[in-house]
Amino acid sequence: MIIKGLRRLLPWLAPVAFLGLFFFYPLLRILSLGSNFSFTSSSPNIFFRIINVVGFTFYQAFLSTGLTLLLGLLLAYLFSHFDFPLKRLFQALTAIPFMLPTVVVAAGFTALLGPRGWLNLGLMSLLNLEQPPIIFVGTLWAILLAHVFYNSTIIIRIVGNAWASLDTRFTDAARSLGASPFRTFLNVTLPLLRPSIFAASLLVFLFDFTSYGVILLLGGSKFVTLEVEIFIQTMHMLNLPVASLLSVIQLLSTLIFSIIYSRYVLTVTNIGKPRVGWLNLRKPGNIKQRILVIGLLLCLVIIFALPILALPLRSISRFEAGRAEFIRVGPALTLDYYRELFINRQSSLFYVPPFLAARNSLFYAALTVFLSLLLGFPAASALARPGRLEKWIDPLLMLPLGASSVTLGLGYILTFNGFLNPERWQFLPSSFNLLTFPLLLPIAHTTIALPFVIRSLQAAMITIPNRYREAAAVLGASHWQTWKNIDWPIISRATISAGAFAFTISLGEFGAASLLARPDYPTLPTAIYRFLSQPGGMNYGQAMAMATMLMFICGVGILIIEQLRLPGTGEF
Amino acid sequence: MKKILLTILLFSFLLTACGAPASTEAQATPLPTDLPPTAFMPVAGDPRTLIVMVHDSFSASETIIQEFEKNNNVKISFLKSGDAGAALNKAILSKDAPLADVFYGVDNTFLSRALDSGIFVSYASPLINNIPEEYNLDLKNRAIPVDYADVCINYSKAFFSKNGLPVPASLDDLLKPEYKGMLVVENPATSSPGLAFLLATIQKYGDPGYLDFWKALKDNGVVVVDGWETAYYTNFSASSGNGPQPMVVSYSSSPAAEVFYSTVPMEDSPTGAINSPGTCLRQVEFVGILAGTKNRDLAEKFIDFMLDKPFQESMPLSMFVYPVNYQAALPEQFAKFSQPAVEPALVPDNIDTQRDAWIGAWTQTVLP
Repeated sequence: MIIKGLRRLLPWLAPVAFLGLFFFYPLLRILSLGSNFSFTSSSPNIFFRIINVVGFTFYQAFLSTGLTLLLGLLLAYLFSHFDFPLKRLFQALTAIPFMLPTVVVAAGFTALLGPRGWLNLGLMSLLNLEQPPIIFVGTLWAILLAHVFYNSTIIIRIVGNAWASLDTRFTDAARSLGASPFRTFLNVTLPLLRPSIFAASLLVFLFDFTSYGVILLLGGSKFVTLEVEIFIQTMHMLNLPVASLLSVIQLLSTLIFSIIYSRYVLTVTNIGKPRVGWLNLRKPGNIKQRILVIGLLLCLVIIFALPILALPLRSISRFEAGRAEFIRVGPALTLDYYRELFINRQSSLFYVPPFLAARNSLFYAALTVFLSLLLGFPAASALARPGRLEKWIDPLLMLPLGASSVTLGLGYILTFNGFLNPERWQFLPSSFNLLTFPLLLPIAHTTIALPFVIRSLQAAMITIPNRYREAAAVLGASHWQTWKNIDWPIISRATISAGAFAFTISLGEFGAASLLARPDYPTLPTAIYRFLSQPGGMNYGQAMAMATMLMFICGVGILIIEQLRLPGTGEF
Repeated sequence: MKKILLTILLFSFLLTACGAPASTEAQATPLPTDLPPTAFMPVAGDPRTLIVMVHDSFSASETIIQEFEKNNNVKISFLKSGDAGAALNKAILSKDAPLADVFYGVDNTFLSRALDSGIFVSYASPLINNIPEEYNLDLKNRAIPVDYADVCINYSKAFFSKNGLPVPASLDDLLKPEYKGMLVVENPATSSPGLAFLLATIQKYGDPGYLDFWKALKDNGVVVVDGWETAYYTNFSASSGNGPQPMVVSYSSSPAAEVFYSTVPMEDSPTGAINSPGTCLRQVEFVGILAGTKNRDLAEKFIDFMLDKPFQESMPLSMFVYPVNYQAALPEQFAKFSQPAVEPALVPDNIDTQRDAWIGAWTQTVLP
């Protein structure tokens, strides 16, 4: 009995230890510091404010998730049912926004939809208007659209994978019994997809719930969410008690949603035979399907490609000295900004050679993928066969996504500063400090990527029917053989997706990086921020050039990851 | 075969990237490798390391720093720690086991907070005599001034000359109808120059008179954004962002930076700064030795170095700030294009207790 209990515990050891040390412990320390928030001494005004802020946070998160789900489902259908030229490129295109720093995305949206953006300038010259007709930046729509832009890839990947491996026998049976395609979708497909839709929606919701950059930069100062308020209270007011209170509210909300999710999903059993490999993808057959595919692709390009395109375009155009004019005077094409990236003109100490920054970013990203897959696999497989233990642990796993990165960063300082003191551990150099150890950054990235990876893998593992494993066991296969021949082919696609997620999260992560002390190991996002914090055309151009490099590297990285057909996939 | 190759490629990439992530300077602390422990024991004559905690906007010339390192047999490691508020937070939280020996980057809006938390120790540098008294805000010499910058409104020269409008000469002028919708300011809750501008209006109009000013400004179409980057690069018309507003709250040295960092050589800056009395706020930045440092002597030498002429004279073109040392000369390009404020406002004394209330009242008045 005890041994059986221990065996159930085993897969959880590594992930729980990791999250316990690198997430829960620092979090508890920083929250306890703020626990001297006194309810009596604070004005009633602050409670109104908090309620307002919480209300708005939920409101925009729900709206954003709904819209993201709408677009995501459409595109998931596209990618899971059809095959068309450049399909991988389009898939990578939807994933690129996920890792772009918000500053860069805001610049892209403004270039497209801002008061002097292409759309407004075009409309103004077409309709002879004085003032820009479309007001976008600073409205709620800007926030919603940016969230959709960022997070659709989550729905596309998770739900898309599930949809592609759905057993077609059920839908075929429904159709042959006379159900219309719509009824089939509603009564057969949707219930089967529910676990993955819920998982993806929860992830998107949590991202929107804790969104900071988008709210601040595109929404402007009118909209305040919990995360923004925590930032303000911590960084500008230096008011830790209030910030801790807000963090606790944020975490509790996350926990509640997690509990609801796990209560629902863990009780779903799956029926049917999952498809593996990339079968059943066909080119669009009749004219209706062609129109659908082309229409959806056009949507995709408009929503994803146009804002991103502004960046490479800006990075190669130079505006003439008359740039103080309202209407741009013919920009000239130039590669100056790219050239300038490689020159340290002021022999500044903090010059960031772009290849170095790229290499560091990629190294951290690779490490994050490795760690999160290593820790996520056992956790996900344990969750696929949930017992009493899993019911307790499951909601806690989502908390890293719901914690404010500010709070966590400060918790890291409290916890890891002076940890592993070099005076006690002689083999460490005398100026060693775990807090400034460069590998702490990929560890921080892994705590954020881990819930993602676990959820992606879990959604796939749930589809494996237990009958197959039992049949294999009866036929004499060992645990390892069962896993290799049954589990692995079914979840390999999800593994690749999960790896791609972890990769993009790490590549574009800036919040944790800015809060952990960084001794001269620059990454691409921090280098971009550096350029944007000083005036001057050269700085702006170089920021755009580096952002283009980041996009390119990310795109290539994703394409490579997706190209990997890990051994054992294919026919089942 | 292809699958195996690609898998090998991925893993070899992982492995070759293993080891140390590359650092920008040779002096960074190396990761522990498999050298014997004795390799890390300090040997007489080995350069010691001095860690300087700075905010993200810090910049310095490599040659000058290297000269200091050579003269004092020391390796300097700069610890970038976020913006001014974040860096101070970190320093306060790590008080018991300081992350660095020296902390640079406290400005006068956070000064009282830093001093109250007790993170600094006092050091009476002999070079303080070269600093005008008005900058020496801490008489106990725990926080020593290093540079100052003026937060002023920048305007687009081309716009004002093209439309024949006179440049506003004072804060009151901003309320005139001919300037409607032309100014973009930053939210003081999320931006340091935004807060500085708010403090300038408080100094001019008093508390609560400043709220009437802001109400009138709001009626005159002022645009509020979250931070300097957005205001300057998205809304300002004379920057590369080419935005709609010809006036922005920025620094008096920004016009010089526009010339310095322009893509084509310029004879005149496309922007100017409004620096008449009462329209700007002076931000002073301080450096201090962190309590608990084991390299007190080196820290003192570094502070002396920061206050001395060579470093002070290098600051304008690396960080676009003014040196406090009155013996330091300004580089010609800098002096030509940047205009220091005339009679700038100073940070009010009760900033620490009132910050929350002021920002709250401002938010109620200006943000709908």
